[in-house]
Amino acid sequence: MRAATRLSWAIAATTVLALTATSCGGGNGTAGGSAGVVRASWGDPQHPLEPANTNEVQGGKVLDMIFRGLKRYNPETGEAEDEMAESIETTDQQNFTVKIKPGWTFSDGTPVTASSYVDAWNYGAHLENAQIASYFFQFIEGYEDVHPSDENATPSADTMSGLAVVDDHTFTVRLTEPFSLWPETLGYAAYAPLPRAFFDDHDAWLAKPIGNGPYKIDTYTKSQSMKLVKYEDYAGPDKAQNEGVELRVYTDNNTAYTDLQAGNLDVIDDVPASQLSNAEKDLGDRFINQPAGIIQTVSFPLYDPAWSSPEAAKVRQGLSMAIDREEITSKIYFDTRTPATDFTSPVLGDAGGYEEGLCGEFCTFDPERARQLIEEGGGLPGGKVTLSSNVDTGSHRQWMDAACNSINNVLDNTAACTVNPVPTFADFRNQVTNRQMTGMFRTGWQMDYPLIQNFLQPLYYTDASSNDAVYSSPEFDRLVNEANSASDEEEAVAKFRDAERVLVQDMPAIPLWYQNGTAAYSTRVSDVKLNPFSVPVYTDIKVS
Amino acid sequence: MGRYVVRRLLQMIPVFIGATFLIFVMVYALGDPVAALFGDRAPDPATARQLRAEFNLDKPVWQQYLLYMGNIFTGDFGTAFNGEPVTDLMGRAFPISFRLMLTALVIELVLGILLGVITGLRRGRAFDTSILMATLVVIAIPTFVLGTTAQFLFGVQLGWINPAVSPEGRFSELLLPGIILALVSLAYVTRLTRTSVAENTRADYIRTAVAKGLPRRRVTVRHLLRNSLIPVVTYLGADIGTLMAGAIVTERIFNIQGVGFQLYQGILRQNSPTVVGFVVVLVLIFLLANLLVDLLYAVLDPRIRYV
Amino acid sequence: MSEPPQPPPVGPPEAPIAIAAGDGRGEPATPTGAEPGRARSLWSDAWHDLRRNPVFVISALLICFLVLISIWPSLIATESPLRCQLSRSLEGASAGHWFGFDTQGCDVYTRTVYGARASIAVGVCATLGVALVGTVIGGLAGFFGGFWDALLSRVTDMFFGIPLILGAIVFLSMIKLSGIWPVVLVIAALSWPQIARIARGAVITAKQNDYVQAARALGASHARILLRHILPNAIAPVIVMATIMLGTFIALEATLSYLGVGLRPPTVSWGVDISAASTGMQFRNAPHILLYPAAALSLTVLAFIMLGDAVRDALDPKLR
Repeated sequence: MRAATRLSWAIAATTVLALTATSCGGGNGTAGGSAGVVRASWGDPQHPLEPANTNEVQGGKVLDMIFRGLKRYNPETGEAEDEMAESIETTDQQNFTVKIKPGWTFSDGTPVTASSYVDAWNYGAHLENAQIASYFFQFIEGYEDVHPSDENATPSADTMSGLAVVDDHTFTVRLTEPFSLWPETLGYAAYAPLPRAFFDDHDAWLAKPIGNGPYKIDTYTKSQSMKLVKYEDYAGPDKAQNEGVELRVYTDNNTAYTDLQAGNLDVIDDVPASQLSNAEKDLGDRFINQPAGIIQTVSFPLYDPAWSSPEAAKVRQGLSMAIDREEITSKIYFDTRTPATDFTSPVLGDAGGYEEGLCGEFCTFDPERARQLIEEGGGLPGGKVTLSSNVDTGSHRQWMDAACNSINNVLDNTAACTVNPVPTFADFRNQVTNRQMTGMFRTGWQMDYPLIQNFLQPLYYTDASSNDAVYSSPEFDRLVNEANSASDEEEAVAKFRDAERVLVQDMPAIPLWYQNGTAAYSTRVSDVKLNPFSVPVYTDIKVS
Repeated sequence: MGRYVVRRLLQMIPVFIGATFLIFVMVYALGDPVAALFGDRAPDPATARQLRAEFNLDKPVWQQYLLYMGNIFTGDFGTAFNGEPVTDLMGRAFPISFRLMLTALVIELVLGILLGVITGLRRGRAFDTSILMATLVVIAIPTFVLGTTAQFLFGVQLGWINPAVSPEGRFSELLLPGIILALVSLAYVTRLTRTSVAENTRADYIRTAVAKGLPRRRVTVRHLLRNSLIPVVTYLGADIGTLMAGAIVTERIFNIQGVGFQLYQGILRQNSPTVVGFVVVLVLIFLLANLLVDLLYAVLDPRIRYV
Repeated sequence: MSEPPQPPPVGPPEAPIAIAAGDGRGEPATPTGAEPGRARSLWSDAWHDLRRNPVFVISALLICFLVLISIWPSLIATESPLRCQLSRSLEGASAGHWFGFDTQGCDVYTRTVYGARASIAVGVCATLGVALVGTVIGGLAGFFGGFWDALLSRVTDMFFGIPLILGAIVFLSMIKLSGIWPVVLVIAALSWPQIARIARGAVITAKQNDYVQAARALGASHARILLRHILPNAIAPVIVMATIMLGTFIALEATLSYLGVGLRPPTVSWGVDISAASTGMQFRNAPHILLYPAAALSLTVLAFIMLGDAVRDALDPKLR
């Protein structure tokens, strides 16, 4: 009897506890958007929301809404167009004079001036601020003084000597060497101007960033949501066509997709791989699938003796020809990837340097020729090869299995290619940067700005920052240097293409496919499109 | 009894120190987290060094641990790599995970014991067999499949619920996630109860009670159930921790940024303050839950005494 | 449970007792030992009962069949599980391919047959390991109480706190073994606390029984009391837990593989196929890729649950 009473007490206590918790958790429902506001999916940014400290798309999404720089990439053509820049002039491709348009303000009311840029860039470059994307400023003279490349050195200056403010609306930039396409890079978020508030009260700014873009941040609850409203005094041409955007954090884009189907969300970008086969059926023309500036490749450890011999290039070309790109992109990716036929991306356009078929037969599936080339090259090192990638993010497992199966079928040997999954991205990147790979490994590139230079130089130039294959070709380097100092764009692009042809012969990496951007939207909104960075163009979205 | 409780509470101190050290060393063993912050790009050595210094990663592991422990006593659990204090993460994650755990636990407790008693009393009958089949389905079909299917059915097709749980995480919203989370544990509770009940129906005191002419319901609840509950209560006590820490799949499906999700993120990003902070609180919860269970033993079986 | 635990005061050497049926292998075991007469009292009675229990016979046959195809999958499957043609991706059943094809265009039937080996090996070995470690540690903690209980239980609590993914990644990067053993070790190392808690609770209850007090009063050794009086009465919840755990471990192997720390490709297992089918959401369009490996897993779990039930009944003295 006594015990039973105690037991029922325990149950009663649990119930009371449960009820208390319910009442604490009570609040207003979040379903149903307010008039004119777009409800869009979001992921938690991985770094604090500073322009030069963001290198992934979720943080980039917000920066794209609250900042406008000197240039902006046209959402449709990808071309760099003057946004805040009145003019950027140079005579020698090395000294630039930048004039900015008057009348622009940050959303706290302060004007955007030449020093807003110069201060922001000096902040982004300085080593002590430990900004992830500081390498964007490496072309500016004096970068080495504020951000020495040697691991143990300390900065010897506070600001870069290459930057000088002339007046409120003019500043000059001096680069370390000629770089004809430099102005075209200025659309990247890292080059955004920053208000005084950023420097005066950094923590407050981070809690609620202030920019000069078409939206301003109304409320920001970390890891949950960010409400942005139209910035009424925005001076640019691309004023928001809606009242605002509510970004909601989803732990999984599958959930976001389901929420969209249930009518609780208006726009999701990056439709989950698992739903691609259903998306067209579920949504019809409210599913967007268009090219983005992302190319997926597989690289080889050229530092490994087994892969560095001159004949090994043939093996690499053979492996490339043993992968049935058409089949994989259609069966695994449901045509949200396009088989790659060069080392760039279709979003560059023909004038920008994309050339369909530049890779030629070496990027075409041909089992016969593949076997022949691998044999000529002395066969796979040790008779087999591994394909490594991290498996914690993205759905890499499926294409890796498919690619290995394709190679195995061509070579008629089920043990020729095996998948080597690496648990975490951090572990994978450590293995890659410490040069510990022994077989093929996944490499991917999302462009920083739509220029052919960005698809080649950072990846294949000797000692470049993302040259994971540790490829080094004097011929390639020479052509890139010539391209960079070319006086007009056409000449530069032609030189870059020549450099790309060197890559086809050496094949340090196999181009697999161009990744598309995907998005889906509800019936409540219209005019949804993606820019070449696969980020929705929020300003153009109309809410009915 | 009072002395026993005090002793158990004091035992938390060495466990706390041991657990923090163990987890700290394990996260350290994962390797250098800094390279991953740079995405697909090789880290710039100078910036990487700056970041390592900022997170104390440039010091030997014992020194990192001492610095971390020193900060904990001032209430500073460190920061995640996105600059957010770990205490903020915990402040958001634990309440919602606790509510989700409570929902699942109540479901297990009520439904599990009910099904267990019925199947235990009617072993081998049709109902028992169908519950066995349901158990097999729950074990063989991944939570992810059951969860997303239920979410699609109730959230999209029928429109009864919102597929995503709001940040407030009300109990009404947590009902479906709670059921999905409880499923596998439900299988354990049901079968544990079933076995205990089946065993005890043959015990002398039950025969005596029945022979005495006590009503069946009274025999079942007062005599049979109470004596069958010890394994079940033990299981449930141990399950509290699992339901909070191991709900990653359920949390992802229903967009709940709970303990499982944050812990998973912390591990993948190799952020020791996040992982250690969360695990320490979890271990404290285990200890309290287990203490409660041990005290319940004495309630359920009067022969058990604590001094 | 197949070995007598070694409590600090070691009693007179017991007859080595093998209860293979109880530890889930399902193979008949004869009490090996010098004193068959003594052993007959409980364990051999149990074996005697078992042989007459149809549930046991059916489950044993089923398990024999599963073990057989684990050893010789080529008996009933002629193709290679690694021969996959992407062009056949998700195709339904056809002549010679009764179960259809999965996303990668592999034959689902062949993979289901070949998946048995790794899945059953991981499931059974990990369950045995967990049951053994958990019962010993939990049993000793419950039996001796006091200091030993505090020590063992707090160690259990600490292990409870290790997140599975963290433990798996760290352990597997340290263990340099190949095949299924690393996975078995990791699962066993991180899952025993559950069983230990259950075993401790069961032993604490069983310890209170009059016959235990009586045996103690008669001066029986710790080992004797534990093995002959407490174990048979405390084993039921452990068996129940273990049989269900077996199924969850087979699924857990897939989780580990999904995270890149499980079985290395090209090992084929049910778990990996189930996880591939479910994460790809293809089960909405092609349920067969999920159905068959899941059914095979269910069948295995069913066989062991039945076996567990039969063994538990056989060990229950109240049934006699």
